[in-house]
Amino acid sequence: MSKISLIIQREYSTRVMKKSFILLTFLTPILLVGMIALIVFLGTIKDDKIKNIVVVDKSGLYKDVLRNNESYNFQFSDATVDELKKQNSENSDFAALLFISKDLRIDSTAAVMYSDKQVNLELKSYVSGLLNKHIEEQKLAAYNIPNLKEMVEKSNSDIELKTIKWGEDGNEKEASAELALMIGMLTAFIIYMFIVIYGAQVMTGVVQEKTNRIVEVMISSVKPFELMMGKIIGIALVGLTQFMMWVLLTGAILFGLSTTFAKDLDMEKMKEIQELSQKGMQGMPTAEMNGEIADFMTAINGLDFVQIISLFIVYFLGGYLLYASLFAAIGSAVDNETDTQQFSMPIMLPIIFAIYAGIFSAENPDGPLAFWCSMIPFTSPIVMMVRLPFDVPFWQIALSISILVLSFIGTTWMAGKIYRTGILMYGKKTTWKEMWKWLRY
Amino acid sequence: MSLLSVKNVVKQFAGHRALDGVSLEVPENSVYGLLGPNGAGKTTLIRIINCITAPDSGEVLLNGKRMTAEDVRHIGYLPEERGLYKKMKIGEQALYLAQLRGMSKKDAQKALKYWFEKFEIQTWWDKKVEELSKGMAQKVQFITTILHDPKLLIFDEPFSGFDPVNADLLKREILELRDKGATIIFSTHNMGTVEDLCENISLVDKSKIVLQGNVADIRASHATHTYLLKTRKEVEITDFELINNKSLNGIFEYTIKKTAGDTNNSLLSKLMAQTEILSFEEILPSMNDIFIKTVSGS
Repeated sequence: MSKISLIIQREYSTRVMKKSFILLTFLTPILLVGMIALIVFLGTIKDDKIKNIVVVDKSGLYKDVLRNNESYNFQFSDATVDELKKQNSENSDFAALLFISKDLRIDSTAAVMYSDKQVNLELKSYVSGLLNKHIEEQKLAAYNIPNLKEMVEKSNSDIELKTIKWGEDGNEKEASAELALMIGMLTAFIIYMFIVIYGAQVMTGVVQEKTNRIVEVMISSVKPFELMMGKIIGIALVGLTQFMMWVLLTGAILFGLSTTFAKDLDMEKMKEIQELSQKGMQGMPTAEMNGEIADFMTAINGLDFVQIISLFIVYFLGGYLLYASLFAAIGSAVDNETDTQQFSMPIMLPIIFAIYAGIFSAENPDGPLAFWCSMIPFTSPIVMMVRLPFDVPFWQIALSISILVLSFIGTTWMAGKIYRTGILMYGKKTTWKEMWKWLRY
Repeated sequence: MSLLSVKNVVKQFAGHRALDGVSLEVPENSVYGLLGPNGAGKTTLIRIINCITAPDSGEVLLNGKRMTAEDVRHIGYLPEERGLYKKMKIGEQALYLAQLRGMSKKDAQKALKYWFEKFEIQTWWDKKVEELSKGMAQKVQFITTILHDPKLLIFDEPFSGFDPVNADLLKREILELRDKGATIIFSTHNMGTVEDLCENISLVDKSKIVLQGNVADIRASHATHTYLLKTRKEVEITDFELINNKSLNGIFEYTIKKTAGDTNNSLLSKLMAQTEILSFEEILPSMNDIFIKTVSGS
């Protein structure tokens, strides 16, 4: 077995066998699913306590307008605001106080809501909605045009803009900008996370070898470059393993949950959705309510997943290799982990910049920021992933990958030179100037 | 013929010169000692021999050819700063290091079994390095250094951290390795081991070699012509200078120094007439004395 594969094997097996790795690999999907379940669960719980709202209506016009619903109960009172405030602070029996001083048609700011707490948005929009609708109707009625209300309602429109893109073969595909955005951001964020987490692992690994003083023993039996590459590749495999495990486990848990709770789901509805999505794929008109779901399904079908997944792996590895070698060089130049911060800053900056550039690129995936950031190798793995679901011309992808590959060969070569000298330097604070010198040896 | 030659090596660090024109020849199949006080440049020299640092000028030859990084992979090198992966098990780690030095897994396992038994540490196989003491870890490291049967072995301070029993074990192993044909270079402060082990030494002080050569020759050349005489009865010393005398359990001991003109035999024949002579031997200076004298004198 060659030396580099031995090193890869050691780096991989010692990391994968660690308790922390096993724990994190198995717990993360459980936590993730648990968190989603918790959010869904909390969303279904309604605040079933009815809140009392006391209304002081000086105009006397809105008694019928403010209707009770399952959350709010309106009570009308003739007392003054000050009296009610006092009463509430004594035995707090209402949640808010609505004071209407005069006809809202004359003064639209005449309604004020008081509360000892911040009034929640739901209540505010409920009350203002009722009042607005009422005033609107009154104003329309004042025009004295018969059937005006019906005319206005008919003239209301709710246009939904469908986006369809056509491929080179002329085939049309329904596209969803929202879905593209979601997938782009998700893949970009995963790449970002893995570069940061596993890049840092490369760095601490190198620092530990140095502080453990094992480096001198290793260097007398393998080339420094082999040692560095072995570590980088070994950790890349650890990262891929963890990622695969997460995908598989999350899938398995979700599948397990859905089969266990399948009885609770409305089977009829499931069938309906399935049928609708099939219809949607054939481009047949669908009912408006379920149309959105169908659109979503067709949009998913519209994305080129083979391209996205294969390029995800390319950019994942390319970006990781580019940064990991730099992290290794930093690790070799310092004596202990606390010193790494000073030097890792210039490497962390472009990664953090890349994630922001990615977010802005999502708004305009073909703009100059998106284009240039998907060419620059330090940002391209993240930014290009955001752009991909929006269809990027082939030549741009090819150019971006070529630049990335050339760059990581370049940084690895550079890092190898710094690493070679750095790992055997002890007890001296390294400076940028010195690292530059090592580079030119 | 010398296996390893160091020729006029100079190494300059920022602010001071670590090695200044150092040359030495290590004969094949011998034990070579590299002595010197702390900070003299021993470790720097060893690192240059191992191609870990490059000399500013001068060269290192192995079998007459310039030493390359590839040659170093066949050397057994025990660095002064010893280190092992703390979280790894001893056995796995030793196996890993052996494989990196080019042994097959099977050979490495066999050799490790032999050495672990020899050093009586079979029970450590599944222990982690962090559970071992410094001396124990050192034993493991020594084994990993010699496991692949290298022709040239370089040990930097091999005895530091060992108790007397284990130091003795190590000495025996070094001699055994030499008898099997290996050439060994080691650096040390421990002068006792030098007398026991080394055929040749170089004494490095302040970046230069101040003393070099065969151990027996060096001791002879530093001889002060002092002798220890033991007799049955009290005698009168003439011609020789009496430095010290004492008597214990009926045996009389005299430390005497030869003065110009007289020979040992003439002294002995005079004494023999007076009493029975139990012993008469030259007191050679220990390497320790020579070391201190040379280093503090220069």
